[in-house]
Amino acid sequence: MIPEIGQFALILALVLVLVQGTLPLAGAARGIPAWMSLARRTAQSSFLFLALAFGCLLYSFIINDFSVLNVATNSNTHLPLHYRIAASWGSHEGSIMMWVLMLGMWSCAVSIFSRHLPEEVVARVLGVMGLVTTGLLLFMLLTSNPFERLFPVPLEGRDLNPLLQDPGMALHPPTLYMGYVGFSVAFAFAVAALLGGRLDATWARWSRPWTTLAWCFLTVGIMIGSWWAYYELGWGGWWFWDPVENASLLPWLIGTALIHSLAVTEKRGTFKIWTVLLAICAFSLSLLGTFLVRSGVLTSVHAFATDPRRGMFILVFLALVIGGSLVLFAFRAPRVGTAGTFKIVSRESSLLGNNILLTVACGTVLLGTLYPLFLDALNLGKISVGPPYFEAVFVPIMAVLVALMGIGPMARWKESSPRELRHKLRWPLLITIVCALALPLVLGRTEWKSVALLALGFGMAFWIITTLVAVVLERLHHLQGGFTDKLRRQPRSFWGMILAHLGVAVFIIGVTVVKGFEAERDVRMAPGDTVSVGGYTFKFVGIAETQEGPNYSASRGTFDLIKDDKLVRNLYPEKRIYFSHGMPMTEAAIDSGFLGDRYVSLGEEINDGKGSWSVRVYHKPFVTWIWLGCMLMTLGGIFALLDRRYRINMRKEAKLPLTGENDLSGSAR
Amino acid sequence: MKRKLLLLIPLLVFVVLAGFFVVGLDRNPREIPSPLIGKPVPKFSLPTLSDENKIITEKDFAGQVWLLNVWASWCVSCRTEHPVLVENAELIGVPIIGLNYKDKRSDGVAWLARYGDPYSFSIVDADGRFGIDLGVYGVPETFLMDKQGVVRYKHTGPITIESLRAVIIPKIKELKEQ
Amino acid sequence: MTEQQVNGNGAMSARKKRFLWIGFALLLSAAVAALVTKGLSANVTYFYSPSEVAQNIAPKDRAFRIGGMVEEHSVQRAPDGLTIYFGITDSLHVVRAAYTGILPDLFAEGKGVVAQGKLDEKGVFQATRVLAKHDENYVAPEVAEAMDKAHKEAVMKTLQ
Repeated sequence: MIPEIGQFALILALVLVLVQGTLPLAGAARGIPAWMSLARRTAQSSFLFLALAFGCLLYSFIINDFSVLNVATNSNTHLPLHYRIAASWGSHEGSIMMWVLMLGMWSCAVSIFSRHLPEEVVARVLGVMGLVTTGLLLFMLLTSNPFERLFPVPLEGRDLNPLLQDPGMALHPPTLYMGYVGFSVAFAFAVAALLGGRLDATWARWSRPWTTLAWCFLTVGIMIGSWWAYYELGWGGWWFWDPVENASLLPWLIGTALIHSLAVTEKRGTFKIWTVLLAICAFSLSLLGTFLVRSGVLTSVHAFATDPRRGMFILVFLALVIGGSLVLFAFRAPRVGTAGTFKIVSRESSLLGNNILLTVACGTVLLGTLYPLFLDALNLGKISVGPPYFEAVFVPIMAVLVALMGIGPMARWKESSPRELRHKLRWPLLITIVCALALPLVLGRTEWKSVALLALGFGMAFWIITTLVAVVLERLHHLQGGFTDKLRRQPRSFWGMILAHLGVAVFIIGVTVVKGFEAERDVRMAPGDTVSVGGYTFKFVGIAETQEGPNYSASRGTFDLIKDDKLVRNLYPEKRIYFSHGMPMTEAAIDSGFLGDRYVSLGEEINDGKGSWSVRVYHKPFVTWIWLGCMLMTLGGIFALLDRRYRINMRKEAKLPLTGENDLSGSAR
Repeated sequence: MKRKLLLLIPLLVFVVLAGFFVVGLDRNPREIPSPLIGKPVPKFSLPTLSDENKIITEKDFAGQVWLLNVWASWCVSCRTEHPVLVENAELIGVPIIGLNYKDKRSDGVAWLARYGDPYSFSIVDADGRFGIDLGVYGVPETFLMDKQGVVRYKHTGPITIESLRAVIIPKIKELKEQ
Repeated sequence: MTEQQVNGNGAMSARKKRFLWIGFALLLSAAVAALVTKGLSANVTYFYSPSEVAQNIAPKDRAFRIGGMVEEHSVQRAPDGLTIYFGITDSLHVVRAAYTGILPDLFAEGKGVVAQGKLDEKGVFQATRVLAKHDENYVAPEVAEAMDKAHKEAVMKTLQ
């Protein structure tokens, strides 16, 4: 009964979003207020029905209703409750359900927090989102119905893929999807602007907080995914340049470009066409990511059930959404205005550089990801593109980007004096060069290639940090009053920028040190054996057989982690066998710290009569900084969101034109 | 004018990409093509499920188009596939032979009794030897043989109504007419 | 603000500026094109089936990927305990492979596998990476046995 209610709720939601996607748009085009006013109500009510449907799915999972195919194939009576809940979005059907639910959530949020926007804009934005939701709901109902029944009803379900039975994997998809789907708001604003022909600084200010929020979610989502891969896959890597991972990186890169170009559009009224294109691309790449992952067009280590028929549907949907918006872009963009003027040395041009580099980086990653597909389609053989390609191409582009990152925040809008810039950048540059060259040598590297790589990494990080310090000091220099008072008077968006850029620096330090100093050993160990890695000694104490978990049995190893002849702590890596899949799963044990991780994972038992196991141990210095950096970036995004000017706008009930507060937007043209 | 052309670039890029995707969808890289296609079905001599003493070989199918469906009582996906076969056995119109793969005889018999038997008969491959010859990657899988006993098509995973209608039945018709 | 008037760039003509931008663009695209072509030519690995290896189609001196099933009863461990020998088959031909290190969890006899590496003089595929594939819709017998066990346990529990 409950699944039928869910199914019914989905159909009702489909009807509602169909209305949301048609009448308000028509109303906005013809100027019929009654039709436009439907947008908010349909967005909110369709969200309620989507939430109801999701609730029904959740309920089916919680009570182990195996008459639902989705539950039977992805859950099990032995599965603990929290993973039964997570299983509801662990399957293909469930993840699409979650996609649609979040799209509804964002539409609903837009309808609530858009009181100060003109009715026409709201109608267009929600209308576009309604159309997107319609397509995805149709996809779900026609090809991936989460409530499909199974007869005869099995007594037991097949269980969730053990790889997904993990807190990281339970949280990764929802946050990632929040980010993916969140770009639909920026997309809808862009398409609405193209439809309405109105695109100005106010428009940028409206869509900016939404974009930033989506970007924050995406950053966290990618971070959790990377962290999960690090400790769960047992390979100690945190990024594999796998198609699925790349699929999430692509919208992130474009989203990052979009955040910066929106800033220019808001402050200076320029880059408009470019911003619109980026907004379209960010969401298009989110959809593309879903297509790549769900259609089986590209193979990936991360296994997903795929179905070419679904792929065809998504492809048609993609063609309509992306193709349609790009056609609209090609014909309507000239109307939205031309670019303003700025000099070669200015903040605009450094942000333009940022945008171009991020887009190019995105393009090269996309090319590497799709290259196997291109060759296959042209009958040139089946290939795969390895991580070295991505590293060789991505890192140089990022290095140039980081160089600009130092200059950008220091340059003035419109025109900056090269001499003044040189003056300001002198100290940061000097400190950077000295530190970058000295540090690898201090850390005991002499081989020139490794020194060069380390120097590059450290140089990038120090360049960001020192220029940020210089920017802060310069800002404070002109103000009166006490130091803390001066700090407090800076707008939150300024601190957001500082934090996010600092996050990039921290991230780079993490990557540089891990790449430069990580140590790994695969060894065979009998109880009592020791192995040393990175100044630490791992002593294999023994294996305790079959410790029972709720739905698995495990061989649990005990290791003493020793430094300077002192026991630091014990580590307990596990080899689990999940009953339902009979699949072994490695659970690494990690001694995580601010300055590095010690990581041990069990391979297999070696039948030599001594109870030996193959064991992999790692020392991963500074690996935590990678995630710390991502968290700082997100925090920066949150600070930017909390900036006063958005809060004032939220509270404004009256539909006032939103200028005046920003001294720069008026003088831009 | 030049500007307008520039604005068309993103669209063009997307059209090219979409073209590749359409081609890419048809060639699923996940599906490792069966090397058996176009070759005669491997020799076998296996007992039937209902009668241990009755031995079937590939020669018994000379001159007719037939379908070999690999199934097992332990196979969850078979449970979704099975009703499709039971309901459409007539529509398929050629003998469907079951290959009971790595299964216990009693389990297999009980399973067919419970869920229905679409097969002309099932042969038993208890140790999976024939499965290796066939290149069975998992269950269910289905092979289509022509009148000369040459493998013409392989379907991996459960057969659905759609795949039956869109691919398998047209192929059977084609082979029957040869 | 006055400083802007003083600096040299302020006087740059629109035409000169345009050239500068185009120069930047050309430089950037040339650099990226060079990076990409070099990156791709050095880091692309081709994919071959065991039959293609047996027919000498696969390269002898270059790394490639091979995909198939891990042959049943073929996995052996060398005395050092870390090197593993196994056969990769597409049911027609078998390629002997060796790998030193820790195998992924999903590696098992009778299951799909993709390995990356090179052929040595003896024709043994020396794998540097082993990737095991797992597909949700696909159940191998061993898996199902365990599943059956779990199933029976569940039935027992409800009876108690």
